[in-house]
Amino acid sequence: MDRSSRSQSRRFAPVVALAAAAALTLAGCSSSSGGKKSEESADGASAGKASTPRMTVALVTHQSPGDTFWDIVRKGAEAAAAKDNVKLIYTNDPSAGGQATLVQNAIDQKVDGIAVTLAKPDALKDVIAKAKGQKIPVVGLNSGVSEWQKLGLLEFFGQDETVAGEALGKRLNDEGAKSAVCVIQEQGNIGLTQRCDGVKKTFEGKFQTVNVNGADMPSVKSTITAKLSQDKSIDYVVALGAPIALTAAQSVSDAGSKAKVATFDLNKDLTGAISKGTIAFAVDQQPYLQGYLAVDSLWLYKNNGNYMGGGEQPVLTGPAFVDKSNVDAVAQYAAKGTR
Amino acid sequence: MRMTQHAEPAVTTPPAPGPKETDGRTAQRPLALRLLARPEVGVFLGAVAVYVFFLIAAPPVRDGSSMANILYQSSTIGIMALPVALLMIGGEFDLSSGVAVITSALTASMLAYQLTLNVWAGVIAALVVSLAIGFLNGWLVVKTGLPSFLITLGTFLILQGVNLAVTKLVTGNVATDDISDMDGFSGAKKVFASSFEVGGVQIKITIVYWLVFAALATWVLLRTKYGNWIFAVGGNKESARAVGVPVTFTKISLFMLVGFGAWFVGMHNLFSFNTVQSGEGVGQELIYISAAVIGGCLLTGGAGSAIGPVFGAFMFGMVQQGIVYAGWNPDWFKAFLGVMLLGAVLINLWVSRTATRR
Repeated sequence: MDRSSRSQSRRFAPVVALAAAAALTLAGCSSSSGGKKSEESADGASAGKASTPRMTVALVTHQSPGDTFWDIVRKGAEAAAAKDNVKLIYTNDPSAGGQATLVQNAIDQKVDGIAVTLAKPDALKDVIAKAKGQKIPVVGLNSGVSEWQKLGLLEFFGQDETVAGEALGKRLNDEGAKSAVCVIQEQGNIGLTQRCDGVKKTFEGKFQTVNVNGADMPSVKSTITAKLSQDKSIDYVVALGAPIALTAAQSVSDAGSKAKVATFDLNKDLTGAISKGTIAFAVDQQPYLQGYLAVDSLWLYKNNGNYMGGGEQPVLTGPAFVDKSNVDAVAQYAAKGTR
Repeated sequence: MRMTQHAEPAVTTPPAPGPKETDGRTAQRPLALRLLARPEVGVFLGAVAVYVFFLIAAPPVRDGSSMANILYQSSTIGIMALPVALLMIGGEFDLSSGVAVITSALTASMLAYQLTLNVWAGVIAALVVSLAIGFLNGWLVVKTGLPSFLITLGTFLILQGVNLAVTKLVTGNVATDDISDMDGFSGAKKVFASSFEVGGVQIKITIVYWLVFAALATWVLLRTKYGNWIFAVGGNKESARAVGVPVTFTKISLFMLVGFGAWFVGMHNLFSFNTVQSGEGVGQELIYISAAVIGGCLLTGGAGSAIGPVFGAFMFGMVQQGIVYAGWNPDWFKAFLGVMLLGAVLINLWVSRTATRR
């Protein structure tokens, strides 16, 4: 800092000091409810550790940063790695090229197995062939249920997004829904589009979609509110992610609508909302299971030569419905961030 | 190729009617000429055109509660667009403003939750952090002399990474925990995220803040010495310094003002949605900047107003929600948005050219 800047920062000093003092004063008064103190100590699933030689597994996903869903996948993978004496390398890149580079990176590190999501299967074709050439087993998870065999992967763990959407559409029929709107929080995302398409396929009532900006919650809220006032006949809002569903529930009350909210994917706030009744039900594809099985299957393959699904069929982790009747059983795990 | 062929009929229809005629008539009236030369009048007419267009095209817009919803969306953009506009008039640029909003919300939420404090402690700490980020941006820009584009691109990336990594480190998840049952929450919610009823319509409090802040910013810009400094440092830094304008102070304080705005909107996000996902906010900086630019602030600095960005933000909210109220095919959503905004900006440009030519 030269002299002039010091004289400048002196002008700010009182402001900063005042704010800091205020913060410290307030720090004296702690909250009597909620907060970390009320949080139960989370004991994760633990069951000893395998005595097999240490191996390295790379998990490469198309996660974009800061998404709660992928966090749960990763936790499942980490749990399996801890049990199986596996060193887990987790990397992610939402772009197809970036993900391919990360798989190449894993090959270069001579890992013992690779688990990869196939959101953009064509981009990963070459690099997966390369891994096979190096005798590195590759399994798929989450997306790519129709492509994994063509690419020659060992096994696949996930749900078919279209099938999950179809299941939700059928459920809406059972609930007596007449008009549904599907909320896409990321325009152009193939998995999200497939879910809505699945709903459209089986749902017998009026079906529409609406696009919202998932990076900005106030805008998500106003857009869903706008859609509900534009079409008053809507009686079900279908969200494609837990945070969007919770916001959609606010929009419903803002718009003075009687619509119910259904969603794909869970988190701990969402299980709370299901037991309170603000969200009707959720389709759970069990992301923890996807991460866990992907890592565990590579361990089994290396140590016992097993194929899950016999190497012919995908291992489906969803769709499972979570509603008021079974939410309590799931909620305790969602609170730990594993469901 | 196929995309563009399809695009033409669908996209060119909406903005064409209405607006141009209204403007043509107004521009020919000599009395209005002096008014038209002001930077915010063009955007005002653009906003009116968009509003009238949707009044015709989307019947639900005529409803009071729809207008409240549109204004709510506009206000959360508009509150940030104001300091961003002042900063641009002062000749600088902030790319970190979108993620800074989330940084602020994350700070308040995690501090209060992890230490089990009254949430107001988190709110104050977040204010300190937000102002500090603004100070750092401003200080680096002034001291290094590098373009603010580069400096704030750096802080944008840093904040994006820090938001994610620290949240994960502290909470074990990528989203914060729900703080809605903690002491002070209901009070803070009243301040930052409440709503009140006027004639049966729920009005969100952010709309009030937005208009109050805009009035305040207008007064500062036009009636105070500090306002003159902002124009001076944005116009020509060296000559401003030569006539005794404290350039360093003005620039740093403007960046801190953006920090204040980020804190304010961050608190609104936190107290209306209870939790924050650490990946949010990316891309929002461009929306704030667009609102300011549409509102007549030059990208090169030295010119603009505080009321212009109000209409800029309104236009953004109006178009974004208007498309939904009109029930148009959502696949075209972003294309519609872009075309309407371009159209509005062209009206804006045309009005100001017409006005200054005569």
